[in-house]
Amino acid sequence: MVENTVDHDLIEAIQGGLPLVARPYAAIGQRIGLTESETIRRIAALIQEGAIKRFGVVVRHHELGYRANAMVVWDVPDHEVSALGRCLGRFDCVTLCYRRPRRPPHWPYNLFSMIHGRDRQTVLAHVAHIVEVCGLEDVRHEVLFSRRRFKQRGAFYQLPNRVPQVGVRRRSAEQDLLV
Amino acid sequence: MDETDRAIINMLQGGFPICERPYAEAGRALGLGEDELLERIASLLERGFLSRFGPMYHAERMGGALTLAAMRVPPSDFERVAAIVNDFPEVAHNYERAHEFNMWFVLATETPQRIGEVIRAIERETGYPVYDMPKQEEFYVGLRFVV
Repeated sequence: MVENTVDHDLIEAIQGGLPLVARPYAAIGQRIGLTESETIRRIAALIQEGAIKRFGVVVRHHELGYRANAMVVWDVPDHEVSALGRCLGRFDCVTLCYRRPRRPPHWPYNLFSMIHGRDRQTVLAHVAHIVEVCGLEDVRHEVLFSRRRFKQRGAFYQLPNRVPQVGVRRRSAEQDLLV
Repeated sequence: MDETDRAIINMLQGGFPICERPYAEAGRALGLGEDELLERIASLLERGFLSRFGPMYHAERMGGALTLAAMRVPPSDFERVAAIVNDFPEVAHNYERAHEFNMWFVLATETPQRIGEVIRAIERETGYPVYDMPKQEEFYVGLRFVV
């Protein structure tokens, strides 16, 4: 868990994006009173600790031609979830894969995967391929295509448990959520 | 979007260098100069292919909480319920999906306790149960879109 103030300042300073200048970490450091080498060291530590999952370009998948997305859910025997989850996770078309609780009697599925494709046919072809490769022929599953997207904002990170400083707490940027 | 843009997107979804001249270093691997890579990234952002260039945080390690929740809403009442749900600032995404469970949304809150409070408030205001489906195990995925 990220707890110290300097890391919070750093997280806020870079959440909107890295400056597009030759020495971006020097520019970030200057904003929050850190040297370039200190900034580099702390960002590397946040990545190492897992507070930053990834560092790089964040794509808008719809604009890049991935126009269909489906949540594909599977009713997998509990003792096989981990192995099958890892099998699904190896496919490029699977962008998320989680175990979640069943909600009987209406919801029997415990393995959730998000599959993107250029169109619905492509997504269905991906699903058929996954069924074959991971040996899921006898596993009940459903494909839930999205119909409408109402809202997509990211999460904002602010400085929790601290007195706000006027002009500093700005909801300046969005974080895309991987849920 | 040309081959160079594609190479940048495919290569830089994660793993951006953390060093004094990161654009120069990333550019070397792509066969691009520092200035050219900077211009290309700016252009991809401007044209809307990228939403951001920077970190993707791990919500739980930041002290916040996330969950996926679903509802089964009668089609005739869907718009009313969607308006109520979308009004909560804690609702990050909300998708209508083709299924009996037809509403799927993500809650992002600053504390774990707040998840339960928001779920109860949505149930109260809409009159329908909310099925909370928090992540129990995460399987490694590359999290990359190949273009």
